Amino acid sequence: MLHSIDITKERCPMTMVKVKLKLSQIGDGDTLDVLLAEGEPLESVPRTAEEQGHSVEEIRKEGACYHVIIRKQASGSSGTVSR
Amino acid sequence: MERKKLSIVCFSGDFDKALAAFTLATGAAAVNWEVKMFFTFWGLNILKKKTGRSWIGSGILARVFNFLMGGKRTLPLSRLNFGGASPVLMTGMMRKSNVATLDELIDAAKELNVDFVACEMAMHILGIKKDDLDDHVQSVAGVATFLDASKDGHIIFI
Repeated sequence: MLHSIDITKERCPMTMVKVKLKLSQIGDGDTLDVLLAEGEPLESVPRTAEEQGHSVEEIRKEGACYHVIIRKQASGSSGTVSR
Repeated sequence: MERKKLSIVCFSGDFDKALAAFTLATGAAAVNWEVKMFFTFWGLNILKKKTGRSWIGSGILARVFNFLMGGKRTLPLSRLNFGGASPVLMTGMMRKSNVATLDELIDAAKELNVDFVACEMAMHILGIKKDDLDDHVQSVAGVATFLDASKDGHIIFI
């Protein structure tokens, strides 16, 4: 299942916070399409997703923004949120 | 995968320093660090349920102190506070710039399960009870417990 989130208007640290919370809501194996701006979000979101065990399947430029497609892995550590 | 640990001692009750503490806490929790915030002395003001000035505490001096210090809505800016006008202006500027406000950062910290610990000794001095503090405060502890929970991690004092 494909989910999406737009963090182009967010600033640090809410860029990473929003992605982390969204990943905690979706199912294992689902993909998350993160629309983000270049610079810090483009650097940090794919890197931290991979560090947490998820896989970054695609990074695609669209206009001034980027789509980062992340597949949530069961082994990924996105669990510790209060929901 | 072992999680990295970050413990933040929130000593200051200044608005800008609280922002710094919660920015670090939420950022670290978002990248899966195990984060603990230890609130002591003026830092306890951030967690009071009564967010404005109120006469909480036991004993006359404690009640006066708590009234003068207030809560989250009355945190002063560490510089150029201008009688409390600056934090309001700063929050407006942050909203305009799409930067998370202190309230939003605190909510995010709770959602990310950042552990809030209140200092037993400071609460005793100021006559503050656990019921006076945010319900997200899971524990009231002393230095030894905090250090033990923070071993092998980074400790930052703000």
